[in-house]
Amino acid sequence: MTRINVNGEAHELVDVADTTPLLWILRDHLGLTGTKYGCGVSECGACTVHIDGAARQSCVTTLSEVGDAQVVTIEGLSADGSHPVQKAWKQHSVPQCGYCQVGQMMAAAAMLRDNTSPSDADIDESMWNICRCGTYPRIRAAVKTAAQELRK
Amino acid sequence: MSHPRKQPTLRETSVRPEPPDYLNRPVPRHDLCTLSRRHFLAGTAAGSLLLMGKGSATPAFADPNRVDVESFAPDLFVSINTDGRVDILAHRSEMGTGIRTGLPRVLADELEADWEQVHIVQAKGDKNLGDQNTDGSNSIRFFFQTMRTAGAIARTMLETAAAQQWGVDVSTCFADTHQIIHRDSDRRIGFGALIEIARTLEVPAVDKLRLKPREKWKYIGKDAPLVDLDDIVTGKAIYGIDARLDNQLFAVIARPPVVGGRVKSFDATAARKLPGVVEIVPLPRYRGLPEFQQLGGIAVCATSTWSAWQGRDALTIEWDDGPNGSYDSQTFAKALKATAARPGTLLRAAGDTEAALEDANRVIQANYSVPHLAHASMETTCAVADVKTDNSGRVTTCHILAATQNPQAVQETVGRAMRMRGEDVLVNVTLLGSGFGRKSKPDYCVEAARLSRELKRPVHVTWTREDDLRHDYFHAISAIHCEGAVNDKGQITAWLQRAVYPSIEALTKRRNKMPAAWEAEMGHTDLPYDVPNLRLEVGRARSHVRTGWLRSVCHIQQNFAVGCFIDELAHAAGQDPFEFVLTALGDDRQLDMAALGLKNRDADPRVYPYDIGRLKNVLRRAAHNAAWQRNSNLPRGQGLGIACCRSFLGYTAHVVEVEVSPQGQLSIPRVWCSLDSGTIVSPDRVHAQVEGAAIMAASHARWGEVTFQNGRAQQSNFDDFQVARMKDAPRDIVVDIVESTAAPAGVGETGVASFTPALCNAIFAATGKRIRDLPLKHHDLSWS
Repeated sequence: MTRINVNGEAHELVDVADTTPLLWILRDHLGLTGTKYGCGVSECGACTVHIDGAARQSCVTTLSEVGDAQVVTIEGLSADGSHPVQKAWKQHSVPQCGYCQVGQMMAAAAMLRDNTSPSDADIDESMWNICRCGTYPRIRAAVKTAAQELRK
Repeated sequence: MSHPRKQPTLRETSVRPEPPDYLNRPVPRHDLCTLSRRHFLAGTAAGSLLLMGKGSATPAFADPNRVDVESFAPDLFVSINTDGRVDILAHRSEMGTGIRTGLPRVLADELEADWEQVHIVQAKGDKNLGDQNTDGSNSIRFFFQTMRTAGAIARTMLETAAAQQWGVDVSTCFADTHQIIHRDSDRRIGFGALIEIARTLEVPAVDKLRLKPREKWKYIGKDAPLVDLDDIVTGKAIYGIDARLDNQLFAVIARPPVVGGRVKSFDATAARKLPGVVEIVPLPRYRGLPEFQQLGGIAVCATSTWSAWQGRDALTIEWDDGPNGSYDSQTFAKALKATAARPGTLLRAAGDTEAALEDANRVIQANYSVPHLAHASMETTCAVADVKTDNSGRVTTCHILAATQNPQAVQETVGRAMRMRGEDVLVNVTLLGSGFGRKSKPDYCVEAARLSRELKRPVHVTWTREDDLRHDYFHAISAIHCEGAVNDKGQITAWLQRAVYPSIEALTKRRNKMPAAWEAEMGHTDLPYDVPNLRLEVGRARSHVRTGWLRSVCHIQQNFAVGCFIDELAHAAGQDPFEFVLTALGDDRQLDMAALGLKNRDADPRVYPYDIGRLKNVLRRAAHNAAWQRNSNLPRGQGLGIACCRSFLGYTAHVVEVEVSPQGQLSIPRVWCSLDSGTIVSPDRVHAQVEGAAIMAASHARWGEVTFQNGRAQQSNFDDFQVARMKDAPRDIVVDIVESTAAPAGVGETGVASFTPALCNAIFAATGKRIRDLPLKHHDLSWS
């Protein structure tokens, strides 16, 4: 039996190998399907979650690597979609299909925790997640709007 | 070569029909599929419609025992409840265009419904709803008038019900924001309170309806948040990969690495021992041609996706590769170029091109090529199926829940595999993590159905990214040969163009070895330039992979060639490319599509004319917005490129600005696109589509390439099938939508076609280097 802390709650996992990626624990064992699979090799960022506050790709992070760290997923980012990043995403109508946007928002929220005045170069570096619909210009604008709110 | 050698020039065949009153006329009943209320209710009860209305966290299924006596549903698309709630059916699939919001708003506008009281119900697959293949940039074009008519029927009946209740003439009653108002007394009554009377009325004849005039539109042409926006930003939105049915297993499948291959032998001993692995199931290869059938292979079914994936990795399989086992795309690309160099089959001609080329002082030749491309939707193809059988193994019920662009194709294909009628297959549609054409092909739904039938419980199939890139319905590899001549006045005197690529029709037709007419018409045979001597040909090519359609389809290769070649002609003529293209388009006129042998996507040319004036207009606007005249003064390493085309019945022009460092590093700081797609329903979503189209086209132009060796795709994930990220996507995309009262045309694919030639022309302006073979990653763009 293994314990895992997700969104402030402790969960007990039975018969799950330590080498299982966090992504599939969240999705298939805990029913938290907000975190998405996109590549499985940390190339696309769709599975981005926070582990002790830092953006991590859950598809390449095993259960044993998580240990007793605090995992936050989109379901725990805010109770009601009121995180400044979520609000900015809505304000700029960022999503098209929406599939990658959870990972994008988790990446943005982690970046903005450390840096509330990101330059374009900072955004380019931190926001490497892939969006095939091509919402990048709106993601950039939304990150700046969220940053502005966080600076207040 | 049996076509007549001489055909009239464009100028001779141009026509100017009277403007039709298309947008003032309701559509006839047989188009609307207006069936009786009873049918709708029966459909609702039996159909377990997927409800994903506002505020609902997860899709709920309607109670199959619900008896809908409390609602009024005059046609298939709308139902009004006594509490005033209006349910509108979204029958097209949401993959990022906003259609689940856009089309219902058209109906709500005509109904005078209050959008806050509208719930969206996602339709199951049902041919009574008309076309559901969310593809070809067709949704608004096909259903704009249908939705308006459906809304007008319901509104008219509510007005009639109010008149009856008040004992006044119906002409004095009108709908306004969810209530009916009596003009003379200012009495008001809500929609919900009229249901009991409205249900007793005859559905009015369509020719008695009056549609709201354009100036009264409240929602059409006005922005609203996506109905799924809250769910998307909170992670509650349900895609195909998230679909769950009680007691389901998760499957991952090892498919033949070569199309047409089969399993020769396999050993699943190690896989069976892994925790969570429940069953190993061999899947047969498709019968006959690939079509939309399963590829076959060995499926590992487990209690979680990861266990199934681990199980697949533990399989040992020996494959029989079949006839495509020697396919090598590099060798094939050379063969396509050789074919393009030889005379092919003539599809359209004017004048005497051979003589004109022979007599010309200046002849330009260029060969263009585009490799296989993959869709690479962020969500891979995923579906869950629940198939029930009787004691004899005969299928009794089949339910599919999937991210599909085409639920009716799922019904048909799964029905065939399950030996049941397609209409008896229940297909519910989730949100799609984009599709770009891939998810119109339901092979993955057939896999899920076959596994569920075998295991007698629901099975969810997940494609890994590697599966997605190796087993796609790939965009065709192509070669296009161009020859042209310009005279001393800088006019194009001759243009010969030959396009060679495997046809999508090879999926379903054994004899097909030639681009189909509808494929050639995407940028090739519909060449808009006014050229006196013209030959447009296609050449033979066989398909060795599953060739499918990808956003903007054959425009990808054909407008790349046409848009770059005319830039080469401009350069040869010593003229400014913008002025040269504008002049080459000739007089404002409408092409005579019938005389030119063009099908116009089966659209009535009186409603959707090929209007050169509109094409020139977007070209001028893009050039103006980009301040094109500065191109001649830009320093080396910077450049503007321009291109335009008509695509999916819409008109588009791009100006792309590039910066290329002396070391050859490319960046795309700014893009301008002007688009004329007629009447626009959701302006902000059109902007978003055009922004995304530029970024997707940039991805393909810069890195897009799938290569094959021994019949096997060589790329498998985003490390070797690269796509644009934030840092290398076009930075500033300026979208200019032409305000128009014309009939609504395509958008999603229209915005793709003219980007790539504009990009390559800009690289030429910046560096003097011509790009004729994509992708750009193989080119050294450095300069000194």
